[in-house]
Amino acid sequence: MGRTLAEKVWDDHVVRRAEGEPDLLYIDLHLLHEVTSPQAFDGLRKNGRQVRRLDLTIATEDHNTPTLDIDKPIADPVSRAQLETLRKNCAEFGVRLHPLGDVEQGVVHVVGPQLGLTQPGTTVVCGDSHTSTHGAFGALAFGIGTSQVEHVLATQTLPLARPKTMAITVDGELPEGVTAKDLILAIIARIGTGGGQGYILEYRGSAIEKLSMEARMTICNMSIEAGARAGMIAPDETTFEYLKGRPHAPEGADWDAAVEYWKTLRTDEDAVFDAEVVIKAGELSPFVTWGTNPGQGAPLSASVPDPASYEDASERLAAEKALEYMGLEAGQPLRSINVDTVFVGSCTNGRIEDLRAAADLLRGRKVADGVRMLVVPGSARVGLQAVSEGLDVVFKEAGAEWRHAGCSMCLGMNPDQLAPGERSASTSNRNFEGRQGKGGRTHLVSPQVAAATAVLGHLASPADLTDDRTPAGV
Amino acid sequence: MEAFTTHTGRAVPLRRSNVDTDQIIPAHWLKKVTRDGFEDGLFEAWRKDPEFVLNRPERTGATVLVAGPDFGTGSSREHAVWALQNYGFKAVISSRFADIFRGNSLKNGLLTVVLDQKVVDALWELTEQDPTAEVTVDLEAREVRAQGIVASFELDENSRWRLLNGLDDISITLRNEPDIAAYEAGRPGYKPRTLQA
Repeated sequence: MGRTLAEKVWDDHVVRRAEGEPDLLYIDLHLLHEVTSPQAFDGLRKNGRQVRRLDLTIATEDHNTPTLDIDKPIADPVSRAQLETLRKNCAEFGVRLHPLGDVEQGVVHVVGPQLGLTQPGTTVVCGDSHTSTHGAFGALAFGIGTSQVEHVLATQTLPLARPKTMAITVDGELPEGVTAKDLILAIIARIGTGGGQGYILEYRGSAIEKLSMEARMTICNMSIEAGARAGMIAPDETTFEYLKGRPHAPEGADWDAAVEYWKTLRTDEDAVFDAEVVIKAGELSPFVTWGTNPGQGAPLSASVPDPASYEDASERLAAEKALEYMGLEAGQPLRSINVDTVFVGSCTNGRIEDLRAAADLLRGRKVADGVRMLVVPGSARVGLQAVSEGLDVVFKEAGAEWRHAGCSMCLGMNPDQLAPGERSASTSNRNFEGRQGKGGRTHLVSPQVAAATAVLGHLASPADLTDDRTPAGV
Repeated sequence: MEAFTTHTGRAVPLRRSNVDTDQIIPAHWLKKVTRDGFEDGLFEAWRKDPEFVLNRPERTGATVLVAGPDFGTGSSREHAVWALQNYGFKAVISSRFADIFRGNSLKNGLLTVVLDQKVVDALWELTEQDPTAEVTVDLEAREVRAQGIVASFELDENSRWRLLNGLDDISITLRNEPDIAAYEAGRPGYKPRTLQA
């Protein structure tokens, strides 16, 4: 019987398989950051262990870093101590580190792909649940806890039980103005936050094949919000084109050998998935969340649902609690929801195409009075690229704040936070209670919806913008 | 890791679904670089409400958390497991756990037990009516017992063996060093490297 893409990559990494034991899987790439690694390095020290493969390990600083005044000492002493701990650990063990201020610094899931380290058919892990992002390349990539970070540092392997596989087939064409973010939010609303639990998702079908690498990363990034540890997309010419010439992509004969292998990484026609979901791309429209988990979403044209309409008691209770926390009324049109803050950035939507999409809509327009808009590039390189295209000027002229790279308001670990009761439209991945700041209320949106919302002051799509642009040069 | 064989204690009924790891331990606590001292951050936002179940005096000293479905969703932060343990919890019962949280819990000796929602409902009713009711989580017998309730649960044999013996994963893996070295010798040359050879 044929095998799925996930099964092929899995099988190629089995170091040891024995009856009654989880498979021991080899890890090709281990990404580290400041938040989930300190206790792992402590464990190594305590047991007198070394990092087994420094050449498969790389670290950067992202979760905790400020996005303003990055050339000055970090004001918060606890944040500063955590970054200093990472620097000390990397120096002591010999790990390559891109610290704040370095040109390769940025959100770890933006840095790996842009360096060409994330490649098809590799296994990629990081102490961060959004490691699923790297699955866009046909890599098997998943988030791990700190105990597993220590395990990979010491052994370059992980004992793991093989998950089941689920096909998510998206056929047809996404309508104009409908993005990868809308698609993944719709998928999560459909299968639920636990729907992917125990599965590796494979996104496939004509609508997926047409997506750019960056859009594919947006999709795979949010696999974890559907409960799946990993999401994958089969590599194709789009993938190879993206990788060619990147700093760590193979060259010459190695490139040819790699591409030959990468081309085998497709689900066989006679392979069987454990579960299948079919989505019609043509039926989708801009999608936003109204609740406090990423599965509580609806088309922007809809209204806030009535909790009483849920048959399942626990879903009904969750919806009631969500509306109370979010300060929303059942039946209220989603377009009538006013926001205080708009955040563009994160490992979900902080890449150059996302910034271009937002800037295209803001060019010649202004952010609405009373709305704060933050634009945070996913990496220092993305920031430099945006500046070279003049996007920073577009954002600043529109009244948005242009910041330095990092995770920023996605999780509110640094000073970029919502105040209690403040409401945001955010291109990030989680609308959990307090995620962006204590008492903050988050609506997850695409970069396009974020930009339109910033201009109009309420949740809106690009189609809602009238032709109100100031002509260039005026 | 501390071994887990059997535990008996009073319970905290947490009637909420989709309790994500941002609720269990908010991000600002993640700046700490130790594995301890997270107890005050556990469910920090909800604990501001004096009526929150964890704040009720009759729940003081409870060690078994009985939660709604999809407990531990979201971030991979192991700090969520440490916060529950630092607070004093020995076991968490739910009808469904998020994968990464479950993996993290079992690596730290916090037993996560999956039971049918009907049993979770029965445990909620029992422990709400009688806060002194004790719940036993028996890993040897793979059984949860409380007044009028006996429910068996599944846990793969390998995880159970490691928990019962409090074994450290890394030392088990290092016994397979020859397998790892052999695999490494056969890795293709085109695989990515973070350092130049």
